[in-house]
Amino acid sequence: MNKMKSNSLIDFSLHLADNALILGQRNAEWCGHGPVLEQDIAITNISLDLIGQARSLYQYAAQLKADGSTEDSLAYLRTEREFRNCLLVEQPNGDWAQTMLRQFLFSSYQYYLYQYLQNNKEETLAAIAEKSLKEVSYHLRWSSEWIIRLGDGTEESHSRILKALEELWRYTGELFIAAPYENDLGIAISSLKHDWSKKVNTVFEEATLKAPENVFMHTGGKTGTHTEHLGFILTELQYIQRVYPGCEW
Amino acid sequence: MNVIRKFYYGDIPEDKTGGTIVSKETKTDWPLWEVFIRSKQGLDHKHAGSLHAADAQMAIENARDVYTRRMEGVSIWVVESKYIHASNPEEAGELYEPAVDKIYRHPTFYNLPDEVNHM
Repeated sequence: MNKMKSNSLIDFSLHLADNALILGQRNAEWCGHGPVLEQDIAITNISLDLIGQARSLYQYAAQLKADGSTEDSLAYLRTEREFRNCLLVEQPNGDWAQTMLRQFLFSSYQYYLYQYLQNNKEETLAAIAEKSLKEVSYHLRWSSEWIIRLGDGTEESHSRILKALEELWRYTGELFIAAPYENDLGIAISSLKHDWSKKVNTVFEEATLKAPENVFMHTGGKTGTHTEHLGFILTELQYIQRVYPGCEW
Repeated sequence: MNVIRKFYYGDIPEDKTGGTIVSKETKTDWPLWEVFIRSKQGLDHKHAGSLHAADAQMAIENARDVYTRRMEGVSIWVVESKYIHASNPEEAGELYEPAVDKIYRHPTFYNLPDEVNHM
């Protein structure tokens, strides 16, 4: 593999890992604050699944970098501009409806992406995608049911999910625009949009919701230009390693 | 109607007055469900516990998250607790005591052939 391609593979792995880590961190903020005990456990379970995926991907990226990086240094010691996660996952939890919609929009994307990556010629990447797909299938099913429950629920739940849609829809365009590293690797990310839209519209229809049209789509996360929120997430996430370098427990 | 006295950061007073009274309509609470799990080796579903959920689907998913996190099961049943009818503990005498002096109902009086090992 030539040097450029190998750098792109590192960037792409970091992009996938950062997506999982940041959403895992966001969901973990619900720990101890869930609306009921059972949902508190459910959302933190998803959080652990995502952090597990992030670990595998960081380990893979560290191995490719072969410069002494570890999964920990990649998660805890990179700065905001070096993170390549999409903007959607760093958005605040808001209320339960907003967290559910963020999960649904992202899980449906991750579902088709991992399905696609299962056949990638990089064996490790394909194996991670295959293993994670079972978890993601469950996240998708679980969050779909919440979208339907909230959208087709009470007047209040419907209005809350509408508000969340207004807040989050603008971050979905970026998912299907290939970053330079995706182009280099021939990852046809825009080809996933058709299946994703179909899935989202099917669930929305059942939830008596409609996908917004003509919305300005924000981009930049995949190449390191983030919304104001990521800095705060990293401050909390990286605090211990920054203050006590190499700290273990 | 449950009344909960809610205190915020650091304002818990010694005389237990103050705070905001939060009332909670019990009718809006999610119903209780009983969960039964069948383990990999087990033939029957065993009662694992109970949890709250808005509908059956949510109850199964909650049960998955609460009771099968450590690979405890391969099958889940849920039933709304209100559909479980239980025997009355006060009637224990008439229900169970008549069986006490009927030891001949236990198969302990049979002479088993040697070939039968595991009874």
